Amino acid sequence: MAKSVLIDLTHCIGCRGCQIACKEWNERSVKKTTMNGNFTNPKELNSECFTHIRYVEQELNGAPVWSFVKNQCLHCKNPACASVCPVAALKKTKEGPVTYDFSRCIGCRYCMLACPFYIPKYEWEKALPWIRKCTFCSDRVSADIVPACVKVCPTNTMFYGEYNDVVKEANNRITKNPGKYVNHIYGKDEAGGTSWMYISGVPFETLGFNMDIPKQELPDLTWAYIRKIPAVIGVVLAAGAVAWAITRRNKNMDKEE
Amino acid sequence: MKSQHEIKMWTPTTLLLLLFMAAGLVIIIYRLMAGLGAVTNLNDRFPWGLWIGLDVLGGVAMAAGGFLVAGAVYILNMKKYKPIARAAILNAFFGYLLAAIAISLDIGVPYRIWHPIIMWQIHSIMWVVAIHVVLYTSTLATESSPMFFEKLRMEWAANVVHKILVPVVLFGVLLSLLHQSSLGAVYLIVPKKLSSFWYNSQLPTLFLASAIMMGLSMVSLETIISGKAFKHNIDIGILSGLARGTMIAAIVYLAMKLWFLAKGPGISALFNGTMEANMYLLEMIIGVIIPLFLLLMKNARENITSIFLINILVISGILLNRLNVAIFGLYRDASARGASYFPTWMEFVVTLAFISFAIFGFKLSAKYLRVFPEAEAQH
Ligand code: SF4
Ligand code: SF4
Ligand code: SF4
Repeated sequence: MAKSVLIDLTHCIGCRGCQIACKEWNERSVKKTTMNGNFTNPKELNSECFTHIRYVEQELNGAPVWSFVKNQCLHCKNPACASVCPVAALKKTKEGPVTYDFSRCIGCRYCMLACPFYIPKYEWEKALPWIRKCTFCSDRVSADIVPACVKVCPTNTMFYGEYNDVVKEANNRITKNPGKYVNHIYGKDEAGGTSWMYISGVPFETLGFNMDIPKQELPDLTWAYIRKIPAVIGVVLAAGAVAWAITRRNKNMDKEE
Repeated sequence: MKSQHEIKMWTPTTLLLLLFMAAGLVIIIYRLMAGLGAVTNLNDRFPWGLWIGLDVLGGVAMAAGGFLVAGAVYILNMKKYKPIARAAILNAFFGYLLAAIAISLDIGVPYRIWHPIIMWQIHSIMWVVAIHVVLYTSTLATESSPMFFEKLRMEWAANVVHKILVPVVLFGVLLSLLHQSSLGAVYLIVPKKLSSFWYNSQLPTLFLASAIMMGLSMVSLETIISGKAFKHNIDIGILSGLARGTMIAAIVYLAMKLWFLAKGPGISALFNGTMEANMYLLEMIIGVIIPLFLLLMKNARENITSIFLINILVISGILLNRLNVAIFGLYRDASARGASYFPTWMEFVVTLAFISFAIFGFKLSAKYLRVFPEAEAQH
């Protein structure tokens, strides 16, 4: 059934092993980056970088706190990106990953607009560009192998398993360690629930997480519109035909008079 | 047929249009060879820019006049508007052709533009939109085909089209209603990304209402301009009728906008000085408030100069609305981590080229086809 991953931010030491493993497994090259006064490199995910660590330095209760946040596609349970794709190039598979098929993609980039987390990236520099994003190592997952980034992590930051087990594990860690975690599983409700979730020792909002993500499944918003189209077609055609018949009769009567 | 041949083809304006088109063509070829990154300033946080906002959303809204006039004349039998039916339909055809070309260039893999026709994904508004563009462009082509058939002396073909015109027009009305509103529905998926000044559950209806305003103004503007250019009498009754239509649509639109403003950010948010509030005010004052103020006065609806002014205001205001939804309303969320977007000069030139293409195409048709059959009869 659907696989899922819990990222326990209290474990991460910021070694970037996952970043490298992901690049290797997915055969990504590199893009030129510049110093930006921060260890986060590259500054944002891009078409060659499906996951990276965001380094956050801050002061909490008078003490310096350094946090490392792994970033990648969250593989929403009902993904906005897949629902908006006009040619079904993006798909939520039953194993959990949201996969991409370039042979269908027309490059409209609606998926990029629709994703609330700004995850899909584009190969802007190419004449025939692909949409690129974390694949949840779907090739590995479907062969029952753990994703490359999960496998390589030296501190077991990521817990990989069945969706229900992962949620249970997250709840366990929070309840069994009072005071260690903030009481929120990021991704449990965000965007109607995602396959990748986070727990953290410091408030998510201080780590650059967007806390304003709608809690509902986004595809419902557009479906509410599309669902009505057949009825609209019926009403407009009927009304149009009636209007035409009436006005034509009036016209004919005008002539007779 | 006298008036037609009086149209001078090689005026300085025409040459300027051709110049823009040539420049645009060069950039388009470059875009096809080098990709979107080389030509546009689009980036991962701003996947859509000027071409979608202005050329596609704006172009399609401008074309709304076609289905409104065709519907009025052929379905509701409002004979008064017959003289402008051909022009309105032809104009819509160019509008859609333009939007279709703009979309083909904006998507990353242009030669796959046909994919949605065979790869269905009924949950996607983009799919719905794509199918509409295909069907409606064909419908418009059918509706305007008699003009071409006449020219080619294929009267029998023109007669065939005339026989099926009513159902074709009805089909066109249906597609347009759905298509105009679907363009608004495209943005239903971004509830938090798009500023609450523009996001609400009735985006489709708002897009439809504003497209009606814009479409009627466009037809009216065109009637005035071509009347002047081709020196035939302008029937003020037609213009007043169109102005009344614009007025009714504007009243509905304004009421809805105010309702959702109050429900969303709140009326007082209008004056909070943010970029969003200012853009919203600008769009509403130019496109709705001033025009509606004028339209409510009967003599302003019966004077060519004021109608001309109203048309320009409505068109600019609604275009601004499309840009607000497509770019400015999304700006705050997208630029959260320092990304930004401003079109390159090449994006501007291509947009200019598209507009020139539409004007030039229309002019060409007016010269060589019988776009204004009734006006000719006057001579
Ligand atoms: S996070 Fe974005 S890209 Fe990933 S599945 Fe969800 S909507 Fe799609
Ligand atoms: S860019 Fe490709 S994958 Fe994304 S929505 Fe468009 S067709 Fe689908
Ligand atoms: S799941 Fe695979 S593709 Fe996704 S971040 Fe991990 S290694 Fe990269």
